[in-house]
Amino acid sequence: MSDLISTSACEQARRVAEKSVSAAELCDAYLARIDTLDSELGSYLLVDHEGARAQASAVDAAIASGDAVGPLAGVPIGLKDLLVTKGLETTAGSKILKGWVPPYEGEVVRKLRNCGAVVLGKLNLDEFAMGSSNEHSAVKLCKNPWDLERVPGGSSGGSAAAVSASLCAISLGTDTGGSIRQPASFCGLVGLKPTYGRVSRHGLIAYASSFDQIGPLAKSAEDAALMLEVIAGADVQDATCSTAPVPRYRDACAQNVKGLTIGITEEMGGHDVDGPVSDAISAALADLENAGAKLKRISLPHTKYALPTYYLLATAEASSNLARFDGVRYGLRCGDDEALEEMYGMTRDAGFGPEVKTRIMLGTFALRAGYYDAYYKKAQQVRTRIAEDFQNAFFEVDVIASPTAPTTAFAFGAKKTPIDMYKADVFTLSCNLAGLPGLSMNCGFDNTGMPIGLQLLGAPMQEEMLLRCAADYQRHTDWHTRRPSFGGQS
Amino acid sequence: MSAKVVAGGNEKWEAVIGLEVHVQLATNSKAFSGSAVQYGASPNSLTDPTVLALPGALPVFNEEGLRLAMRLGLALGCTIAKHSRFARKHYFYPDQPAGYQISQYDEPICEGGFVPILEEGVRKNIALTRIHLENDAGKNNHVGPRSLVDLNRAGVTLCEVVSEPVLRSAREAADYMRSLRQIVRYLGVSEGDMEKGQLRCDANVSIRPRGEDTLGTRSELKNINSFKFVHQAIDHEIARQICVIESGERVVLETRLWDADAGISRSMRGKEEALDYRYFPDPDLPPLEVSDETIESIRSALPELPLDARERLMGLGLSADDAAQLSSECSMLEYYDATLAHAGDVKHAKLAANWICAELLGELKRLEKGIGESPLEPARLAGLLRLIADDTISGKIAKGILPKMLESQEEARDIVEREGLGQITDTGALEAVVDELLAKNPKQVQGYRGGNQKLLGFFVGQVMKATGGKAKPQVVNELLRAKLGAE
Repeated sequence: MSDLISTSACEQARRVAEKSVSAAELCDAYLARIDTLDSELGSYLLVDHEGARAQASAVDAAIASGDAVGPLAGVPIGLKDLLVTKGLETTAGSKILKGWVPPYEGEVVRKLRNCGAVVLGKLNLDEFAMGSSNEHSAVKLCKNPWDLERVPGGSSGGSAAAVSASLCAISLGTDTGGSIRQPASFCGLVGLKPTYGRVSRHGLIAYASSFDQIGPLAKSAEDAALMLEVIAGADVQDATCSTAPVPRYRDACAQNVKGLTIGITEEMGGHDVDGPVSDAISAALADLENAGAKLKRISLPHTKYALPTYYLLATAEASSNLARFDGVRYGLRCGDDEALEEMYGMTRDAGFGPEVKTRIMLGTFALRAGYYDAYYKKAQQVRTRIAEDFQNAFFEVDVIASPTAPTTAFAFGAKKTPIDMYKADVFTLSCNLAGLPGLSMNCGFDNTGMPIGLQLLGAPMQEEMLLRCAADYQRHTDWHTRRPSFGGQS
Repeated sequence: MSAKVVAGGNEKWEAVIGLEVHVQLATNSKAFSGSAVQYGASPNSLTDPTVLALPGALPVFNEEGLRLAMRLGLALGCTIAKHSRFARKHYFYPDQPAGYQISQYDEPICEGGFVPILEEGVRKNIALTRIHLENDAGKNNHVGPRSLVDLNRAGVTLCEVVSEPVLRSAREAADYMRSLRQIVRYLGVSEGDMEKGQLRCDANVSIRPRGEDTLGTRSELKNINSFKFVHQAIDHEIARQICVIESGERVVLETRLWDADAGISRSMRGKEEALDYRYFPDPDLPPLEVSDETIESIRSALPELPLDARERLMGLGLSADDAAQLSSECSMLEYYDATLAHAGDVKHAKLAANWICAELLGELKRLEKGIGESPLEPARLAGLLRLIADDTISGKIAKGILPKMLESQEEARDIVEREGLGQITDTGALEAVVDELLAKNPKQVQGYRGGNQKLLGFFVGQVMKATGGKAKPQVVNELLRAKLGAE
């Protein structure tokens, strides 16, 4: 069982389907690991022992009676606690939602349950997905399995730590400015942010609605492809969700990179990249070249404005999206006996953490009457330019490669100011501004043994291209098979 | 409040009024989710994750609202925007669950257009600025020191019809409201029931010296929810502003709430407290794109509007009152037009109008039914009218038949035949009756011939009595005059 735990989700699904392992055994094995290890790691905010076992038994019963089961049947998964789960407390990592048990199921969670995935629990995150280190979780600290002194990245820190520590086979995170890819990079995983609109946002607690996407964190490209096949597709409950048909992403993983052109540029993240990171990226690009890909220098002149553009627009949307947390209908309420205005103020003051308050204030400022044109509107114009840069680039190249982050995972407390923290996202933001699909995968380790991430960006709806490159790279290298020693994995 | 207000101001001051009317569109479900829309349901029974603004819930626009807004816009001569979008309008209040209202801001669905009103019988077009779509808020019910929130109304589809500041009196404003209500009901765009809050009005009011072009400082009156209050509230506000200015003070830019019970308005918030709504395009909702084909198909399905119908009916010779009554509701006009069509000749236009307005509506009122649910269909009513027109029966006989037709499915002709109610127009048959009468009443014959012309009525009455009311009065008159004058 212990070797099965550290294998891929695809392999586990196969084994469950052919009855060489039962979903219940697999589920219990993961629950036992969580119970033993997660008090130290802090990746789970809630573990649903009962629900997971019930789901696993249902899968076993269906298989025993010869019923058709879904592609993820019996696979134990974890969900970022930003995804609404019916009957299971959902907190967004915030005190303001503590104790909230949703009366409805988010669309992606519904799809997962329908295809037999076993939901083990809800994973830690930066409060409302605002952060790059998981240090802004209002609930508890989440650590990096590769080094417990370091952050797992964020905001989907719990989603990355749990998969890396094999406390679930695969997980879902959300990515607004890099929140899947950066923690995937810090924890040595494949993290895929789909094209905006590829996956329904119904049941995803909104941070910045025009940026947010749900996506997988996985141990291999093939696992990510499997998960994307399940969660992608049209949803009438989300007006921004695409109706484009969903390809069989696992088929793309069988293809190689021969003849593909990979674009490289220094404009996206500037030059503040750690030596070991840029060395590993160069080596990975050389590997891809050896495998038959061509490299081409491209220009993305407006991506240097991505950071301020993102923080204007995302905070503007956040200030609006978080207005609903007012203490009236659900979650925390303070000052119940005070006048209405006081109740609002006391509730939001006590319920939101400092980073969330900072972003609400930034966004509120940007949308003030008289400032709209100078800030919000201008930023939207820059956003359009950035998207055009990518559009032009994708006439020449199939994917664009860069580091996922300028550094490997940093120590707790290392980023002293919000701006320092924001700069950790410098490579990942452009992707969300342009609505593109983006993938991060492990391409080596620094001299302290921390994983390094290579980011690949694709044209809209070209997830297949990213998965193809990642899968072929993983056939040529073995970085993705390395596991942290945490939890007795190596 | 001593200033004398005459027809929207006084000799010195002119009132300038613009109205913002919220019209609840007749959609089955809410604007951005599947919850039903129903008046008077138990509190918070018409909600869903989107209406409650639960975390993770998303709005999806119900396009029926768009179709209805375009129908109204096209009927009012607006330009339909082929590209429009929703914005978020932020403010904290318990009746606004998301903390923002979804409304159209810089790109509304309709611009321009006008609402026609009648001023002393003459048509006048009141220019519109725009019509935009938005969702409604819920209701706060204040119970003692606490408030109870009912979100049944939250998320209901509204369109806001914004007029230019071109109205000049409270009466004109009320006429505008009435006309707009009539039109939305005609179009089936809204039930327009003000008591249910399906039509609500805010008024922007200012005054200026007569002859001036620049606008004075305005106040916004909120919560005017009946025609009567529109009239009262605006007159009150005009008088208040005249008082303020004539006592040497200045009108301040503010929002005032109309208190219908007290018959006065109260300041709600001034300019300093004006809310900054922080509008921005709603990222959850893609822009609305409308094709020329859609616009044309909605335009081609528009009915005739009430004032156009009124003019057409007057052209057929109807009185202004009958024309107004028959064009007051779409179902009334449809009934009238169908009756006239079945009657087969426009020369029956007045007859049909008289019978519907004077007789049928009275009978229906007695039966507590609207014209749309009349048990007497236009085709059968037309049958009755034809019998009157060709002298088969008298009007008096017809009045007796009408209730029978309402209670059965019988044709007028069948009732007339069965009951032998046909009018006697045969001179020969009536001559015998007349001769007999004259022979029986020599005294009266002598009296008439001696100059008492009033006795003609006596003879007519006797003939009608003898014939059971079926004798045609004109024929009887002619016969009597001839016979009585013959000696």
